Amino acid sequence: MSYIRHTRKLLKYISRFNNSEISSRSSVVLPCTSLSPQPYSTAVPADHPSMFPGAKAPFVSQPTLTKPSDYAPIPIYRVMDRDGCIIDSAQDPQLDKATVQKMFNDMVLLNTMDKILYESQRQGRISFYMTNFGEEASHIGGAAALEMRDLIYGQYREAGVLVWRGFQINQFIDQCYGNVDDVGRGKQMPVHYGSKELNFVTISSPLSTQMPQAVGAAYAMKRHENNDSCVVCYFGEGAASEGDAHAAFNFAATLECPIIFFCRNNGFAISTPSHEQYKGDGIAARGPAYGIATIRVDGTDVFAVYNAMKMARNYVLRENQPIIFEAMAYRVGHHSTSDDSTAYRSAEEIEIWNSVEHPISKLKQYMVRKGWFNEDEEKQFVKDVRKQVLKQISLSEKKLKPSYKEMFEGVYAEMPQHLKEQMQELDNHVQAHKDYYPVKNFKA
Amino acid sequence: MNKIAKSLLNNVIKSNTPVLSRSHFTYYPDKVATNGSATERQKMNMFQAINNAMDLALQEDSSAILFGEDVGFGGVFRCSINLRDKYGKERVFNTPLCEQGIAGFAIGVANAGSTAIAEIQFADYIFPAFDQIVNEAAKYRYRSGGIYDCGSLTFRVPCGAVGHGALYHSQSPEAYFAHTPGLKVVIPRGPIKAKGLLLSCIRDPNPCIVFEPKTLYRAAVEEVPVGNYTSDLGKADVLRQGSDITLIGWGTQVHVLLEVADLAKQQLNINCEVIDLVSILPWDKETVIKSVKKTGRVVVAHEAPLTQGFGSELAASIQENCFLHLEAPVKRVTGWDTPFPHVFEPFYLPNKYRCLTAIKEVVNY
Repeated sequence: MSYIRHTRKLLKYISRFNNSEISSRSSVVLPCTSLSPQPYSTAVPADHPSMFPGAKAPFVSQPTLTKPSDYAPIPIYRVMDRDGCIIDSAQDPQLDKATVQKMFNDMVLLNTMDKILYESQRQGRISFYMTNFGEEASHIGGAAALEMRDLIYGQYREAGVLVWRGFQINQFIDQCYGNVDDVGRGKQMPVHYGSKELNFVTISSPLSTQMPQAVGAAYAMKRHENNDSCVVCYFGEGAASEGDAHAAFNFAATLECPIIFFCRNNGFAISTPSHEQYKGDGIAARGPAYGIATIRVDGTDVFAVYNAMKMARNYVLRENQPIIFEAMAYRVGHHSTSDDSTAYRSAEEIEIWNSVEHPISKLKQYMVRKGWFNEDEEKQFVKDVRKQVLKQISLSEKKLKPSYKEMFEGVYAEMPQHLKEQMQELDNHVQAHKDYYPVKNFKA
Repeated sequence: MNKIAKSLLNNVIKSNTPVLSRSHFTYYPDKVATNGSATERQKMNMFQAINNAMDLALQEDSSAILFGEDVGFGGVFRCSINLRDKYGKERVFNTPLCEQGIAGFAIGVANAGSTAIAEIQFADYIFPAFDQIVNEAAKYRYRSGGIYDCGSLTFRVPCGAVGHGALYHSQSPEAYFAHTPGLKVVIPRGPIKAKGLLLSCIRDPNPCIVFEPKTLYRAAVEEVPVGNYTSDLGKADVLRQGSDITLIGWGTQVHVLLEVADLAKQQLNINCEVIDLVSILPWDKETVIKSVKKTGRVVVAHEAPLTQGFGSELAASIQENCFLHLEAPVKRVTGWDTPFPHVFEPFYLPNKYRCLTAIKEVVNY
């Protein structure tokens, strides 16, 4: 953005031009016009490559518009069809029963927990919630293909990654209540999870800000000796419109960072359908433009996501290059508890994605075929999870909130004098006016 | 304004260099002692002192990296000169031209525990990174309950008037950032301070912004300790003791105020206490209050516009804490509430004539 610099450079060029070329112009005969009586040749001289520093490209002698329609859409990789049948047996990841069972259970757990926490928000017990309906497979399939040491940056609809990594029901629910056991100390809205142990960077609300951050982390990790961990950065297709997404793609490519950009393209950013979000071939098609390898995957197919993530992880670590990974899905639930999505889409459309195209039903049918599915066990599992979640809700809501003095902590690594004074001022005030503050809900 | 003072002021104005000179200040070299063991000194201008600080930081911390637009070849102000050759292009490198990317990238580097020294080419271009700095960097530790932070990042940002920088090469945006809990914001007044502050910021466990007055890069020359030393963050420097009035400024304006203090003494026999605030956030309330309680009068001067400039925060706090000691209203001498203009710069800046006039008004109140 330094225009002064550019102007100086320009002035230098102009003065050079003035001194030599213009003054001698009268004696120069331009060869093209004088020596060539023939019409201009349309052939492209192959021995005359372009020397522009900005692109390695051949010349052409006809003006050519490169149109979006010249490119075929990037295909969607899938392993299973909607009936849970493996389409190409060579693509079957051959996961053992225990792994598939964990995938299924984690998806069901997330789905069950979502249903109850959604309802608990409707009852006013927590202030806010966002479900993951329809995207369970992309969370679980992707997470299963990663190593725990891989660092995750999320947007907010990736709770399944945490489930796979072992975040506990009480941790989810304590965060939603912002009680004394919340790692985040009750400072953020519900679903803004984070875990140091699980290498899951704390969620924040501003969209896409995590994207260039993830690139910076990947760069730092690349510099570690014998690095064998990568960064995975999740974001929705709406968030991909932010300037930070552009920054992240471009920095990751130019600075050669081992990062997987995992786009959850679920068709909607709140009410805005994807056709009002972009005109190109989704997010995947942007990859080549940034010089980034790209793959598009059926996000309702847990095995497709798993296989593609395995491949992506190998690639980014082997090459120290980024990947754009676009998981296609459908946001079955409302955007959040503050949204009624039937105001902008039909109930029939939602129903298709909630039944025949639902990631959990696809995996269930695969398991049925394998003889791995047990109806009674599943029912019991859902029952147990429900019980656990409901019990935890009643526990979490009874817990005290952290001391209101904690409001002043963590602004800086150490508390500066002015914050100490403000903390004291609040404390004096609250002690003198206890009746007007919910002190009994907060730890002393 | 009394008659004698007026004629004295007119003499001051007449006897000095033409108004259209490039510099509106006379540099007052630093002689203050520094923290740390460094004793060997070398003559350096401010960009050399900054270069020296970054050299030390890269040398002592192998995780430290330095990046920004055009940083690789030495930087448009020469601050990173020779560092790529010395530490390799993996540690000292250019980024694409995108401030939000630079800021976000810096946060991520710091998240991963490495040290990030990021350059924004001009303070005027920090605004695309405002979201990353204000919503993200400043709040990282707080919002995560302390499990993640980006404390090992430092932004270096050239700022301030330079004679001909107009709207987008002159701004002093410190007040925008002063409103953001979680950041540390400092502004050096010269080479010794710049090196000490930069080393403190790089090592401080909080995200820091160093606004470097670009007009001082070459103009300011001092005997700078070549070794390691730091300068306290959050601490103001009392550069001149005085009993009649407190003058508070930062960056280049400190030198304007030092000259004004000399003029006030010579011409008006007024003893000014001159304070370099140094740290905008957190700022050194104690030193300021102590001084104002002693003098009872105060002029705050900064290049940035008046309305909601950091002078407002100082004036309000002084009023709140020194009410019974004040002999006159707190006077602010600042840039006008306009964009920073090109040809009108001599009329825009809170120069020594405007500051001296303000002192007279406050003293004669």
